[in-house]
Amino acid sequence: MSAQARTHFSFARVMAVFLKELVQMRRDRVTFAIMLGMPIIQLLLFGYAINTDPRHMPTVVEARDDGPLTRAFLASMRQSTYFDLVALSHREGEGDRMLEAGEATFLVVIPEKFEERLVRGERPEILFAADASDPIAAGGATGALQQIAQTAFAPDLEGPLHMRQASAAPYDIVVHRCYNPAGVTAFNIVPALLGVILTMTMVMITSIALTRELERGTMESLLATPVRPTEVMLGKTTPYLLVGAVQVGIVLAVAIFLFHIPFTGSVPALLTGVTVFVIANLMLGYLISTVARTQMQAMQMTFFIFLPSILLSGFMFPFAAMPWWAQGIGEALPLTHFLRIVRETILKGGGFAAIGDDLWPLLAILALLTAVALRRFRQTLD
Amino acid sequence: MNGAPVIDVRGLTKRFGGKTVVDDVSLRVPRGAIYGFLGPNGSGKTTTIRLVCGLLRPDHGEGTVLGHDVLRESALIKARIGYMTQKFSLYEDLSIRENLDFVARLYDVPDRAHRVDTALEDLGLATRGRQLAGTLSGGWKQRLALAACMIHDPDLLLLDEPTAGVDPKARRDFWDQIRRYAARGVTTLVSTHYMDEAVQCDFIAFIAYGRKLIDAPTREIPGKVGLTTLRVVADDLEGAAAKLRGMPGVDLVARFGTELHVAGVDAAKLRAAVGSLDGMPGFAATPVEAGLEEAFIHLMTESTDNMQ
Repeated sequence: MSAQARTHFSFARVMAVFLKELVQMRRDRVTFAIMLGMPIIQLLLFGYAINTDPRHMPTVVEARDDGPLTRAFLASMRQSTYFDLVALSHREGEGDRMLEAGEATFLVVIPEKFEERLVRGERPEILFAADASDPIAAGGATGALQQIAQTAFAPDLEGPLHMRQASAAPYDIVVHRCYNPAGVTAFNIVPALLGVILTMTMVMITSIALTRELERGTMESLLATPVRPTEVMLGKTTPYLLVGAVQVGIVLAVAIFLFHIPFTGSVPALLTGVTVFVIANLMLGYLISTVARTQMQAMQMTFFIFLPSILLSGFMFPFAAMPWWAQGIGEALPLTHFLRIVRETILKGGGFAAIGDDLWPLLAILALLTAVALRRFRQTLD
Repeated sequence: MNGAPVIDVRGLTKRFGGKTVVDDVSLRVPRGAIYGFLGPNGSGKTTTIRLVCGLLRPDHGEGTVLGHDVLRESALIKARIGYMTQKFSLYEDLSIRENLDFVARLYDVPDRAHRVDTALEDLGLATRGRQLAGTLSGGWKQRLALAACMIHDPDLLLLDEPTAGVDPKARRDFWDQIRRYAARGVTTLVSTHYMDEAVQCDFIAFIAYGRKLIDAPTREIPGKVGLTTLRVVADDLEGAAAKLRGMPGVDLVARFGTELHVAGVDAAKLRAAVGSLDGMPGFAATPVEAGLEEAFIHLMTESTDNMQ
């Protein structure tokens, strides 16, 4: 073999790095266990622990009227299991104080002469104030309130008051809250967790791919061989593509068999999206490892990426409710697009047509990350 | 390239920050030679080796290694050199065989499995191929590292303090190995601290503060250093040595068995100093030819560690 030929791209050398990484991965049992155990633990933890439809929320009632309609409404609230009536306030301002102090999540104010005014057709207002500091906590209960009121008042609006029922509700529920989250349900969070888990593990594991060699001093030997940057990159990331595939399998199995997530969309579309997303994350991690000098730095940079991924991708908070600049950051994160793809395919029954708008940005991010990582790879020790 | 030097570089200069670590170093190493790099810690030995093998880009300088341009063709150079780093830089979590196999793959070594088997046998580790490299002792790690950087039959070996921290027996075995490679035409550039290793080299370059001070065939080194040496005997050898140390003209007092070798660059002052001992019981002084040992001791004591 001529010397010239030896400097061209060589699959044998990719294979060399690939096999070496596989062996090292297998031998580092703790990391290996974390890679396989983490998806399961996170799923069970978040899937069951995070309840976005919380019930039994402490509620204070300020009833300035005490008729049968009021009593029926309060009984109905209790029955819905959303509300635990912790106090009845008779003095003005006491309910506000309890809400502010966090002793109650909700304050319901029934106005004076509520029944009398309802009968007269004046559409009296029930004030419903929700502690907005935890918007998700308030979401379910707030949504249920209209239904509760309707069922509470319906029996009493029979007979002579029937005329009041026929039209629109003869009362008005005024809801005070500064935040109204999109209805996040368990079905929503479990598929999204797939993206979060992949972001966490894929970025973290490849972020130390090169820094580990630097710290252990093996980089010097590696760079003294004819191995090329693309060969190192492919050889080092491909093993984790396999790990990613296993993680996807675990998460989807748990999602379907434990959480009974209805899978309605196109499987090839989902798998295409997942594959591009996993590779994008591997490249992101690899890029970090071309920048970081130590494994510690690599970890810090990983978390620097991870936090906005959680907060600005639409995983935790509704994307549409964010300001324009935060949406801009979100659009640059692979997780944002993946969440849309996964919700589109798993929950909304979409196929390739539906995910196109997010597949292309994901591919663009991937191409950019790869190009920058290859440029950043230091072939010398300078 | 018969006859042409394997390493022919001129004016290599490397700066880190504002500090010049290698300053205008030129090297010509003929094929098959063992070329020794001598110098105190921090003098620029490692950096020079890294410049030669393309691991660092020089700020100035030019030349060829194995006939390829040192600035533009480092990929071609890398394919034909074996570089052994100062610190063990194979994978401690890979087995001995896996390490050799990995390196053989990176160099696209033909008939790889057989080559790895042979290397293991040569090492005497044929039965321990599955042992993790991290569990080897220092001497064995160093032999494994040498085997790894020889697995693709390179034309040029770059060894950076290869025997640091290795016991004398292992060091001797190591050098026998290097000699055998040299006989096959492999060129070796080796940096070292040890005098007994330096005398094994065909050529010696002495570096301090990034500058090459001396570069000559090993047997010419004492003449280049220019030492005059007197052999001194006396009944009270320690007393004589104590008196001589620090006297003007005396650069070096070294004890060799039952005699002292007293050396200095200024012959007249040296003779005057030694002559002042006349009258001590059993005193005698005779001129001897300056040897390599004195030359090295002189060079090494003249230059303290170059760390800043």
